[in-house]
Formats: sequence, C-alpha cells, structure tokens
Amino acid sequence: MAEILVVAEHDNAKLDKATLHGVTAAAALGTVTLLVAGEGAAAVAEAAAKVAGVAKVVHVDDAAYAEPVAENLASLVVAMADGYDGFVVGASTFGKNLMPRVAALLDLAQISDIVEVVGPKSFKRYIYAGNALATVETRDAKLALTVRTTAFPAAATEGGSASVETVQAVAPSDLVKFLGREVSASERPELTSARVVVSGGRGMGSGENFVIVEALADQLGAAVGASRAAVDAGYVPNDYQVGQTGKIVAPELYVAVGISGAIQHLAGMKDSKVIVAINKDEEAPIFQVADYGLVGDLFTIVPQLTEALKASKAAS
Amino acid sequence: MKILVPVKRVVDYNVTVRVKADGSGVETANVKMSMNPFDEIANEEAIRLKEKGAASEVVAVTIGEAKAQETLRTAMAMGADRALHVETQARTDTELQPLAVAKLLQALVEREQPDLVIMGKQAIDDDSNQTGQMLAALLGWPQATFASKIELVEGGLEVTREVDAGLEKLWVKLPAIVTVDLRLNEPRYASLPNIMKAKKKPIDKLTPEELGVDTAPRLTYVKVEEPPKRQAGVKVADVPALLDKLKSEAGVI
Ligand SMILES: Cc1cc2nc3c(=O)[nH]c(=O)nc-3n(C[C@H](O)[C@H](O)[C@H](O)COP(=O)(O)OP(=O)(O)OC[C@H]3O[C@@H](n4cnc5c(N)ncnc54)[C@H](O)[C@@H]3O)c2cc1C
Ligand SMILES: Nc1ncnc2c1ncn2[C@@H]1O[C@H](COP(=O)(O)O)[C@@H](O)[C@H]1O
Repeated sequence: MAEILVVAEHDNAKLDKATLHGVTAAAALGTVTLLVAGEGAAAVAEAAAKVAGVAKVVHVDDAAYAEPVAENLASLVVAMADGYDGFVVGASTFGKNLMPRVAALLDLAQISDIVEVVGPKSFKRYIYAGNALATVETRDAKLALTVRTTAFPAAATEGGSASVETVQAVAPSDLVKFLGREVSASERPELTSARVVVSGGRGMGSGENFVIVEALADQLGAAVGASRAAVDAGYVPNDYQVGQTGKIVAPELYVAVGISGAIQHLAGMKDSKVIVAINKDEEAPIFQVADYGLVGDLFTIVPQLTEALKASKAAS
Repeated sequence: MKILVPVKRVVDYNVTVRVKADGSGVETANVKMSMNPFDEIANEEAIRLKEKGAASEVVAVTIGEAKAQETLRTAMAMGADRALHVETQARTDTELQPLAVAKLLQALVEREQPDLVIMGKQAIDDDSNQTGQMLAALLGWPQATFASKIELVEGGLEVTREVDAGLEKLWVKLPAIVTVDLRLNEPRYASLPNIMKAKKKPIDKLTPEELGVDTAPRLTYVKVEEPPKRQAGVKVADVPALLDKLKSEAGVI
C-alpha cells in the first residue's frame, strides 16, 4: 500500500475544508498521513486525528509554521519525504503555492488540479480553461498532486482515530518574511463550499449595486461570487473571482447575474448542479450552460426574485 | 537590477479550442497564437520598473518552436531590451512540461545572473500554475506568487499576493521569483514605431542540449478528450416561472 502525505491547510485554529477533499483523493491512492505544521495548532492536530480515512497525523509545532510560508513548509515536507510515495494538497492558493516547490526539490513532475483518480499513476485534469479533459500518467516514482476540491467529496470530520506523532521543525528560511494579511470578512458561507452561489458580473454596473446580489444571497443562504470583470472594475474584492484563474465552485445552485459567460468564467462554475442565468442579452453564451435562463434587466428581476423568496418563506 | 521575463506562446484566449478527434491533443494548427496573458502583465511590470529607473535591463525569454520568436518580438515591442529563445520542437502545451521549463530557466538564470525573474502565475494552455514555484525551488530563491502589487524596498521586495481568503503581504530578499496575477497592471499595446524598433533588437538562440537540460516528458498525456457537454436548458418567462422550476423541477430551493 502506498504511503501518501497530505499537507493540511489551516489557520492554527481550524482545519481548512480543502484538506478534507484532499484526504478523500489521497485515500484512493494509499494510506493517508496528515501533516499539521503550525504554531499553537494543537487543536488542528486533534481535529485532524478524527478525520475519517486518516491513519496518522504528524504534528510540528514551531514559529516557522505560524504562517503558510511555502519556503519553510517545502523544506519540512522534503525532510520527511523518504517515508512517502506521494504528496497531496488541495488546489487552493495555499496548495498551488506550495506543491510545485516540493515537487521540484524532489525532482518530481506535478499533476495540478486533478479531478479524478484513474489509477495509481494516472489522473484526469482539465486543460485549456476546461475545454479539454486530459488523462495524464506519471513516469516518476512518486506522486505530487494538487486536488480540485469540488471533484472529491469532503472526508468526514468524525470517525477517524489516527495516532499523533510529533516531528522536529526544519530551520526556517531568512529569505522571506510574512508581513500580514487582509481578509475580507463575511458572515456568508465560504464560496468554494457553499450550497448556493450568487455571482455578479460587469452588468452590476458598480460596487454599490452589489447590494442587490447580496440581498438575493441572503434569501438563499448563498455565498457571493463575481466574474473577473466585476473584480477588475473594483466592484468586489479579488477573492470573489470565479473561473479558470480564480476559484472553482460546484454548488447545487449557481445564479449568474449580469455575467456574459466567457469560457474563463464557465471553467469555474460549469460543474454546478443547477445554473440560473439572468441577463438582458438573450444571445449571451451563459444561456448555453444555464438550466434556467431569464432574459431581462437584472435591476428589475433580481429584486423581484428576492421579494418572491421572502414572500414564499413568510407563507410557509 | 536586471530582470528576466519568461513569456510563453499560447493559443489566444479568445479562440474556441477544439480537441482533435483522435484524442491526441488540442488543435493548434492554423489557430491564432498570442503571448500568455499573465506573461504580458509580467513583462509590463518589468518594463515599468525599468522606466522608473529601478531596473537596468529587461530580458525576455521563451522556450518553444521557431515561431515562438513572434512572442519575443511582442515582448521587445512592449519594451524588453533583448531576448533569448530556447528552441524545441516539443509541443509546449503537453510535451514540454513545467519541471523541464523550470530547469531550462534555471540554466538561463545561471548564465544571465538576473536579480529578479517576473513571470505569469499560470499558462492558459496547460493551466499548470507550477513553473515559477519550481524555478524558485531549483535556484533556492524565495517566491512571491500571485502578485497584485510589487514594491521595491531595501534589499528586497514587498509583494501583495491574491489568495483565497483575500490578500497577503510578503517580504522577499532579492534575488527572487515573482509570479503575477491579473490585477497587477494593465499591459500596454506596442506602438507601431516600437514594433519596428523591436525588429532590430537581438534574439540569442539556444537549445536545451547547449544548456545541458534533459527535457524528456515525465508525464504522458494518455488521452485528451472533449469534456462532457452541459445540456442547454430552457428560458423561463418570469420570476414566478423560475421559482416554480427551482422548487418543483430542480428541487434546489
Ligand atoms: C488570462 C485570463 C484569465 C481570465 N480569468 C477569468 C476568471 O477566472 N473568471 C472570469 O470570470 N473571467 C476571467 N477572464 C475574463 C473573461 O474572459 C471575461 O472577460 C469576463 O468573464 C467577463 O465578465 P462579465 O461576464 O462580468 O462581463 P461582460 O462580458 O462584459 O458581460 C456583462 C454581461 O452583463 C449583461 N448585462 C449588462 N447590464 C445588464 C442588466 N442591466 N441586466 C441584465 N444583464 C445585464 C450583458 O448583457 C453582458 O452579457 C479571464 C480572462 C483572461 C484573458
Ligand atoms: N515554454 C515556455 N516559455 C517561456 N515561459 C514559460 C514557458 N512555459 C511556462 N512559462 C512561464 O511559466 C509561467 C507558468 O506556466 P505554467 O506553470 O505552465 O502554468 C508562464 O506564465 C510563463 O511565464
């Protein structure tokens, strides 16, 4: 049985959901060890040990891992590498930043953003903004993978009883310093794991107008996303961007408001279960992937929809 | 400060890509090709650093077939000073893979001794998002990926990075690798006089053999297929009709 090391993403308090999806993909390949490197992250290591499918947790507690610095995490993974046949992480910005560094240090080719495990060395992934689906096989002795989180279910957070082992830190790099972060605070569900997503595009016309989308999102218990055009125009922050080069989402319901449906946007949402498009241009390409399309002015339709949802809730 | 900018020739982002019927790959013959959009942003940033007086020279580099020189001409028309072309017949979307590209770039960095490499976060053909991080690893340099702002400070750079939770700020010591995201800048269009001038700028030609790098693929593309198509749905007349569909047909609300 292959030994697979999954690198946990966390904020020293909570295990990130991307890791749970990574565990599911890794479990299809072998026995899973979860690496929790952090500072004061004992609670994360404890939670990691309960994740179903995890055989062992390796916990490293050191100031070097207080923040997700790729240089330091990569050195640690490389120091542990001998015991493992594969290295796996979620295809979040954390994973995308880290895994290629690990792979190159170990002279391994990486397979990015896998959507299916075909065999022990063989995986499916999208190329060309989702226009083509490739089956890729590695000739290397070990695996280096990032995992598209929407393509694998999250491992259960209860049911596991992994052993926890502690390991020494590796000397940190003095070539890099973490200076800080600006997090967009939101009460809403997280975009990549929300059951419903409402996204706005250039058609919103301004950042202020996003209140219309937010009001609808409130009624649906939804996360709010956006097209690149809306982010570039400064209507919403960068972490709202859905698409080829933004976040990949696959909710049960995706509502695209004032979004034309460029291939780069579709790449990030076309695996949603049900897609609704609201657009005044009946020729907009978004209608080619939408299950339900509504042609008209979003400034009329979206508030109507919000009100109707409110009314039907009040009635039930 | 000398800056190296790797630029890749890719199928233009506006082209509707077709998968070949035999499953061997994507059709690239007679298709419009352009510089990878992220690399335009990287090149623009390097040129701005030069215009500000912070950089002395901007060197563009590409790895690809003979025609990839067009991409180098574009980079120089935007303002790069000179260019390097590592020629290979391998398909750059599938056969020439990020680890090999990183090793070739490592060899070029050792020759050219730049203080900074600025490159795209992702090539829009292979969508790998690996090469910059791999190059940093091979050189033992720090990496600042997905940059939306770059500031020069004493001995290094302060880089604002676009991450899933928002923004992160990092200090990296030079020499360093920076990979760029969409919001860093808006690349300029090359003017006609600059396009003419770029024709006279030098391109040095090299081969992977001269650089001593084995570029044999580690990954085999066993099959490339058309992804499952989504059925186009229906247009509904109004909000009540939409709600009815979502409730009774789709069952999502
Ligand atoms: C390298 C690269 C990477 C990219 N990555 C991404 C990515 O990750 N995600 C992404 O989204 N894009 C990405 N793009 C950009 C993409 O190509 C499109 O430009 C972008 O998705 C367009 O956004 P949009 O649909 O909001 O704007 P537009 O295409 O301008 O569409 C606006 C739509 O709003 C409609 N509209 C306007 N007013 C109203 C109204 N009052 N009522 C109803 N409808 C209205 C219009 O009919 C139109 O269809 C990328 C591009 C490149 C080159
Ligand atoms: N063949 C190439 N020639 C020059 N630069 C390249 C090449 N392939 C990749 N790159 C650089 O590496 C970045 C990331 O590519 P990738 O890792 O393939 O997504 C690109 O944006 C380019 O800057």
